[in-house]
Amino acid sequence: AARMFLRLLSDIQWRAANPRWRRMTRRSTSTTAEPHPVSLPAQAQVVICGGGIMGTSVAYHLSKMGWKDIVLLEQGRLAAGTTRFCAGIVSTARPVSIELKMAHYSNKLYQQLEQETGVQTGYMKTGSISLAQTQDRLISLKRIASSLNVMGIPCEIISPKQVVQLHPLINIHDLVGAMYVPEDALVSSASVSLALATAASRNGVQIHERTCVSHVTVQKGHVTGVETDRGRIQCQYFVNCAGQWAYELGHSGEEPVNIPLHACEHFYLLTHPLKEPLSSSLPTVVDPDGRIYIRNWQGGILSGGFEKNPKPLFTEGRNQLEIQNLQEDWDHFGPLLSALLRRMPGLEALQIMQLVNCPETFTPDMRCIMGESPTARGYFVLAGMNSAGISYGGGAGKYLAEWMVNGYPSENVWPLDLKRFGTLQSSRTFLRHRVMEVMPLMCDLKVPRWDFQTGRQLRTSPLYDRLDAQGARWMEKHGFERVKYFVPPGKDLLDLDHSKTFYKPDWFDIVGSEVKCCKEAVCVIDMSSFTKFEISSTGDQALESLQYLFSNDLDVPVGHVVHTGMLNEKGGYENDCSIARLSKRSFFMISPTDQQVHCWAWLKNRLPDDSNLTMEDVTWKYTALNLIGPRAVDVLSELSYAPMTAEHFPSLFCKEMSVGYANGIRVMSITHTGEPGFVLYIPIEYALHVYNEVMNMGQKYGIRNAGYYALRSLRIEKFFAFWGQDLDAFTTPMECGREFQVKLEKGMQFVGQEALLEQKQNGVYKRFTMFILEDHDTDLDLWPWWGEPIFRNGRYVGKTTSSAYSYTLERHVCLGFVHHFDEKTGEELVVTTDFINQGEYEIDIAGQRFQAKAKLYPFSSLFTQRRRKDEVELSGYQRE
Amino acid sequence: AIPVRSSRLPLLSDAMPAPAHLFPLIRNCEISRIGSTACYCHHKHLCCLSSHFAHSHFRYAPQKKFAAVYRPKENFNHFIHTRDHGSAPQRFYLTPPQVNSILKANEYSFKVPEFDGKNVSSVLGFDSNQLPANAPIEDRRSAATCLQTRGMLLGVFDGHAGCACAQAVSERLFYYIAVSLLPHETLLEIENAVESGRALLPILQWHKHPNDYFSKEASKLYFNSLRTYWQELIDLNSGETTDVREALINAFKRLDNDISLEAQVGDPNSFLNYLVLRVAFSGATACVAHVDGVDLHIANTGDSRAMLGVQEEDGSWSAVNLSYDHNAQNEHEVERLKMEHPKSEEKTLVKQDRLLGLLMPFRAFGDVKFKWSIELQKRVVETGPDQLNDNEYTKFIPPNYHTPPYLTAEPEVIHHRLRPQDKFLVLATDGLWETMHRQDVARIVGEYLTGVHHQQPIAVGGYKVTLGQMHGLLTERRARISSVFEDQNAATHLIRHAVGNNEFGTVDHERLSKMLSLPEELARMYRDDITIIVVQFNSHVIGACQNEEL
Repeated sequence: AARMFLRLLSDIQWRAANPRWRRMTRRSTSTTAEPHPVSLPAQAQVVICGGGIMGTSVAYHLSKMGWKDIVLLEQGRLAAGTTRFCAGIVSTARPVSIELKMAHYSNKLYQQLEQETGVQTGYMKTGSISLAQTQDRLISLKRIASSLNVMGIPCEIISPKQVVQLHPLINIHDLVGAMYVPEDALVSSASVSLALATAASRNGVQIHERTCVSHVTVQKGHVTGVETDRGRIQCQYFVNCAGQWAYELGHSGEEPVNIPLHACEHFYLLTHPLKEPLSSSLPTVVDPDGRIYIRNWQGGILSGGFEKNPKPLFTEGRNQLEIQNLQEDWDHFGPLLSALLRRMPGLEALQIMQLVNCPETFTPDMRCIMGESPTARGYFVLAGMNSAGISYGGGAGKYLAEWMVNGYPSENVWPLDLKRFGTLQSSRTFLRHRVMEVMPLMCDLKVPRWDFQTGRQLRTSPLYDRLDAQGARWMEKHGFERVKYFVPPGKDLLDLDHSKTFYKPDWFDIVGSEVKCCKEAVCVIDMSSFTKFEISSTGDQALESLQYLFSNDLDVPVGHVVHTGMLNEKGGYENDCSIARLSKRSFFMISPTDQQVHCWAWLKNRLPDDSNLTMEDVTWKYTALNLIGPRAVDVLSELSYAPMTAEHFPSLFCKEMSVGYANGIRVMSITHTGEPGFVLYIPIEYALHVYNEVMNMGQKYGIRNAGYYALRSLRIEKFFAFWGQDLDAFTTPMECGREFQVKLEKGMQFVGQEALLEQKQNGVYKRFTMFILEDHDTDLDLWPWWGEPIFRNGRYVGKTTSSAYSYTLERHVCLGFVHHFDEKTGEELVVTTDFINQGEYEIDIAGQRFQAKAKLYPFSSLFTQRRRKDEVELSGYQRE
Repeated sequence: AIPVRSSRLPLLSDAMPAPAHLFPLIRNCEISRIGSTACYCHHKHLCCLSSHFAHSHFRYAPQKKFAAVYRPKENFNHFIHTRDHGSAPQRFYLTPPQVNSILKANEYSFKVPEFDGKNVSSVLGFDSNQLPANAPIEDRRSAATCLQTRGMLLGVFDGHAGCACAQAVSERLFYYIAVSLLPHETLLEIENAVESGRALLPILQWHKHPNDYFSKEASKLYFNSLRTYWQELIDLNSGETTDVREALINAFKRLDNDISLEAQVGDPNSFLNYLVLRVAFSGATACVAHVDGVDLHIANTGDSRAMLGVQEEDGSWSAVNLSYDHNAQNEHEVERLKMEHPKSEEKTLVKQDRLLGLLMPFRAFGDVKFKWSIELQKRVVETGPDQLNDNEYTKFIPPNYHTPPYLTAEPEVIHHRLRPQDKFLVLATDGLWETMHRQDVARIVGEYLTGVHHQQPIAVGGYKVTLGQMHGLLTERRARISSVFEDQNAATHLIRHAVGNNEFGTVDHERLSKMLSLPEELARMYRDDITIIVVQFNSHVIGACQNEEL
């Protein structure tokens, strides 16, 4: 019967709703090749590969936005892959804000879809209950509840007793609380997909089943067409919605598109109805501590989960038309069954119908993948849903459609952007190991500063072993190992599991002493992971191009370093970087670590096609040592026999010089923290030598190693924003107090200029603000993280984007954006300095509000550095 | 086995009381305090024991008796502790992985290949393993598939007074059996091939562990003897279809005869000459199974044992003996001996449960000291190589040796028609049976095999199963798997139990570790060589065969 049910969804309803299809694919259950009555078009504007929830959602939204010349190809039948087996839970309780927005939109879309299309979607608003067996779990639920509430999504934290009232079968003896989201829903996912297909088809989208895409052709970096088993289609845009086959499809063409995802087996159980069949409006239960979810299903239950020991699948790649029911594995499901019976002991006598094995696709960072390929323009991807495909389907399809039609979606989707990954995440071994970690994480407690344990030590600095031997603890960014902090000899930290906390972490004092050393003496931080490009030309091409692409004036004397944004047309930050003018015609550009793919693609697509203008990624060529602190100048001048004082080497200066025996070290007087000091860009073969020299010479000045946590604390107390966390494509320099990094009158046009001019005249609608928590007890209260709602005079005005403890202020500092919503209409109004200054602020940490003092400028007392007259170093890079 | 008792017994008996006195001492005192003295005493005894044995290939009875004094479980730990505290404080017990690597060193598994996804043989495969106590081990094992006739041969061989005889029997016996089973035409074909120098039809396909070696030097000699045998069979040409029982008996007797003859004739090659003498003067028991469809024949000579594991309808396990031990505990054997010798010898035939007061098994290969006339023995020893002549034991004639032969290699053959409930066969040397009751063996192997079986996935299919039932089933499977997951081999699993079982019948790692940590010279006192073959039957094939015949 289960199979019947699923079958029903994929065949009959779709065909009933769309009589045109009945003629075209009769006898479609036959597996043998059959004549296709309708031949493929020779060309189309868009070809979408994949007829699951993602492909149909993209087709639906594209056609709604007015694009009509669209062909959707499905190798098997519509909604016959993972979509068909999906549990159909639409859940908005997502920790990442953009994911939450997608789920919220999906829910609203599905709700009205049946009315719009006439196709039954099985939509049922049941609500969902997320259970907490521990206090820490309850905190994480409260954090989610806070962000749902400020988005206007009903949600409440309830007691175990209230849980029983909502769902009588739940055993509550081990619960400490729960979160109830009344508007969460259930759908039959295949029907939703078919409804979307129906609507798209009515809007003119051509749908071809049993058509297999063999590869995508790319010429001159642009998609030109699609080869299928039924012929070729020329197209401008290709959308890869191939789900778990997206990786293989991406690699099938001559120019591979890396889509790092990997499938795992996923099990859920279907039962016969209870004696007294369960009501179809009974809420869905999520028990993350038991790693399971339970929904009502045809009077019985459907229950699955995310086990600790997942079974990755198709590592070596294996295509198949439709996902046949893979082997049931009861022994594997055993622990989840135990959790189910523990949660609902009354189900013991319930009869099993089937254990469904339905592969799900997972990505290296638990976030889905969307966006345009960095190497092939017009090649879009939407895949890797980490088993939340039905929740994200609607919203993800909408954002991707907006991206294709408008050039960028209406929200910041950088956390989901394909370009956050590079080729380095595309190793099958890496993916296999990583998804085995990611899948259990679906249910694990998500605490601040959590690091993946698999797929590590891929990219390392040449100093890795030296630092490791000195007690370094590591985190990873874009595959690069970076030091968090150094554990002093003799001191032990908690093991991985016990160190998970929402409160004061165990490294608090360690980082504190590193910060102190940065303030009083000198510290070394290995910052080799930063993305480094060199752009040079034979003539003035480099300067001219960069002047157009960057907002600050780069026509500075040789040896000067300029902080500048790389803006889009709307004035938003695509990248935030430091550019050193090495010579008249060559520039050295430093960007955040994970800009390696995005920034490269952005520049490649916009730099003129001129053989005299070259851009090179030199990230791997240099080891970067950041010397932070008042004594950095002494260390460096002793090592180089060169005067390093402010008169000779002012701030924001760059010079090649010798350090120890090594010559040609690129020294820059920036530290990315606002503290005095230098960054040394060292050709890698000199790295060890220079490090040893610096450490030996630095001894008498009290030098020590430090890590990124110290750096982060320093930069946040200095109100430095960094790209990827505080800054994104929807934030302009005007909104974060960086007008001085924009030269509107530099004598030539640049990208984003118009938008910035307009903002200058009309004002900004959000303002980057620094908050100092007033009544927050560092030892006893929950620590802020990011994403906490900000309240002004009791009204929600925005969210924090990052936070850190300031060892100097001995207070927590949060950075975030303040909006001005009209009290009556909710309309966004201009945010003025007065508006910021004349408010009483509170920050909501997991439902508890703390008073905060807002500031638009950093504490001047913290500034002790020398400055060049016209410049203030006021920039930061992503260091999380 | 420790079958022979020597004339040195009186010497040893002097030493005997000492350990017996020692135990009350240890029991009553704090172990750490007396550690060094106790240890000293032990070493003294051990030294005198080993010096006695050093010059001889033979194992003496007192050793076993001596061991038996130590055997009681409550004493065992005292002894080990004493060693630890006293002489070698730096010595550590083996870790579980080390224990496993020792237990698994000799394990071997063979799975009968399937054709078209079907195994048409009544045998699914077998697991075998051996754990040495003697250095070198005196047990041998063999397994082979007959290629010119149907059936599979499996056997365990327990050597005594050295391993030479067991080695020779393990290499040769299956060829003698296979040849005995061959039809006349095949024998002719083979003879013609040898005659004209053509390639020989392969007779056996061996399933050997890398440690199971064949002696290259003797292969020519062995082959010639075998050829003589089949030539005689050709000449005899009875024309009758070969009866398995007769073939087995003939093969056993013929091989023993050949061993005896080769030793009498000698060999110009001095190495070979010494080898054939060592083979003949040492001894070996043999327990061999021949499986062909539902017909299972066990041919047994000596005190190794074959046991059938039967699964009852309620799922429980029971053991059925398929062999009789040939030793003093077997009344029929004692009767047989008495029948074969004059009444005057009645009192001296079996003394202290041993043949002529010396040999534990009452049937064996080799052991010409119990078969040849005194004259023949003397002649062979005198004309033999110096090594033989210098050997105290070979020159020694058993007491009351009047009417040889006292020993035979003729096997007792039992035929059993396999039934679907017959799940497995265990062939093992007495090292196993001394420590475990057959009923326990049946249970442990049975549960192990079904545990393996249970690891195959469960499918709900069309059955009515509730969540609670499934949960119970899964919990049970997990518990079972965790207990057997260490072993992939039923024989290894059985050895683990045989050596490591505590009083509750479960494996005690500490005990296992201690037993395996024993130094070479001590090991033999606590356990014997153990060799086990577990043959798993294919109930489907057996059931189908039965139905066909019905």
